[in-house]
Amino acid sequence: MTTLHPPATAEPRPAPPPVGRDRRSWTGWGFIGPFVAVFALVFLAPIVYSVYLSLFRDQLIGGTGFVGFDNYRQALQDERFWAALGRVSLFLCVQVPIMLGIALLVALALDSGRLYGKSFFRISIFLPYAVPAVVATLMWGFMYGTRFGLVGDVNEAFGLSLPDPLSPGLVLASIGNIVTWEFVGYNMLIFYAALRVIPHSLYEAAEIDGAGQIRVITAIKLPAIRGALVIATIFSIIGSFQLFNEPSVLQKLAPNAITTDYTPNYYTYSLSFSGQQHNYSATVAIVMGLITMVIAYVVQLRGMRKGV
Amino acid sequence: MTSTVSPASASRTGSASDASGSVPRLRTRQRGSTPGRPRRSVLLTVLTGLVLLYSLVPLVWLVISATKTQEGLSRSFGLWFDGDFALWDNIVDTFTYNEGVFTRWLLNTVLYVGLGAGGATLLAVLGGYALAKFEFPGRRAVFAVVIGAVAVPGTALAVPTFLMFSTMGLTNTPWAVIIPSLISPFGLYLMWVFASEAVPNELLEAARIDGAGELRTFFLVVLPLLAPGIVTVSLFTMVATWNNYFLPLIMLKDPDWYPLTLGLHSWNDQAATAGGQPVFHLVITGSLITIVPLIAAFLLLQKYWQSGLSAGSVKE
Repeated sequence: MTTLHPPATAEPRPAPPPVGRDRRSWTGWGFIGPFVAVFALVFLAPIVYSVYLSLFRDQLIGGTGFVGFDNYRQALQDERFWAALGRVSLFLCVQVPIMLGIALLVALALDSGRLYGKSFFRISIFLPYAVPAVVATLMWGFMYGTRFGLVGDVNEAFGLSLPDPLSPGLVLASIGNIVTWEFVGYNMLIFYAALRVIPHSLYEAAEIDGAGQIRVITAIKLPAIRGALVIATIFSIIGSFQLFNEPSVLQKLAPNAITTDYTPNYYTYSLSFSGQQHNYSATVAIVMGLITMVIAYVVQLRGMRKGV
Repeated sequence: MTSTVSPASASRTGSASDASGSVPRLRTRQRGSTPGRPRRSVLLTVLTGLVLLYSLVPLVWLVISATKTQEGLSRSFGLWFDGDFALWDNIVDTFTYNEGVFTRWLLNTVLYVGLGAGGATLLAVLGGYALAKFEFPGRRAVFAVVIGAVAVPGTALAVPTFLMFSTMGLTNTPWAVIIPSLISPFGLYLMWVFASEAVPNELLEAARIDGAGELRTFFLVVLPLLAPGIVTVSLFTMVATWNNYFLPLIMLKDPDWYPLTLGLHSWNDQAATAGGQPVFHLVITGSLITIVPLIAAFLLLQKYWQSGLSAGSVKE
């Protein structure tokens, strides 16, 4: 701490500047400037560029020409896009509640103080988060195998005939399982961290009122962590709509069940990198981004308003 | 004059760092969640144990499978060992197969994580501190735009970013992966919350009265106070970069620049291509090697990132 000595040539000390929030000057830009600069390059510029791209089209005659909103019109009538959107919406409605429900139950169990080996539970359930989505999918892909995988082993050992998890009817559920496995612990930790900071006095008050465990959970704990619940829900919605890694890695294992337009993201990827339709791909991405933002915004408004 | 000033500021720094360094952790320990001392419940432990099994079984499968030869993989039961214990052979094979390309991927990943996650953490720490402790023109706008940007699907940006980078000649170079990794809105948010809590305004005032410049104040006074938050953000940005797949997938063509995720995926696909040699035992062993460093980091740094997270949830 001796290094805190002011420079030897201490200039006459100016009047102490106002500090913190009162200090309205450009000094803050020195610190946030680098972030904003890179942010503009990798977030804002691509957004502007993709809006620009979406207004043009590569035509057979005359090269790239301005087409106004034609690409958007095409996207809104594109059955492949709607089918992909339907798939991720179904995924969202089933997988996200299951995942967040399990995460919440585990967080409440950890927070209740009634578990043996609490910290072991907390860290172990969180660990899958550290596994890359690609590795998780490769792993589960192996295990799903009905011939060499764990599913096949179980069938053989118990004389069962479990259905193929990678068949067209089940593959979405199998992807849901992988995503749940990856993120249950992460969400659990978010909820748990929020539960830990609930002031103790609230519990004491509840105890005096003779409130039971369930009542404490519904009247104190859940309202107190509503912010965390809303944030986790929004992140999960965004994650579901962006679904790409899992289906694209499984695609080679289940080429009949997973098409290259399986999710909206996969579709934009294929349009751009296999089809070279960059303009249309950018349009689909924008439409998808807008839908995501609107839904995230609605969830946030509703979530924050609910129950005072 | 200097000698009278520094001890005062030093002692203030010391006490403040003691206090706020341990506040989040103390808080978690002191505030027992439920009144009194609840009895432990076997039933609840068993039920939560089911989720624990679900989380751990695939990892156990991975560890066990990494000890098997390619034939052993299909021959033996998935959750038990095969006769041959081939873990060391597999590890050696993984690193030497195809002229040691796995080592190259590992080094690439370390490079991307070092520069990408390191840079992302630095930018988030600087930016979070600015948002928490300075009032500057455009502060609200910056905040609104960054929070709004979280909702933009990253993949929606991918195609235009790729096209932009390709006109700039950046695709198929490490920069194409590193530069987009430098932004972590979540990290910025977490650092903002953390810095507002952990850095007392009086301390900044004291440092400025002592004549310390802004940079000096930041590095000597603020940075130590932010340590738990920095560990948390760097772990999470590290996971994000280490696990990144989509970005390198679109940006990189040359396998020499692949990170581990992309490389493992290409090995896995090898069996599906005509004439390709299946190397599933290497995919599995390589996967294990890929996840070990991250899991080790999370386990070793538990105390820090968990306190960082609980501080982050105060404002949510």
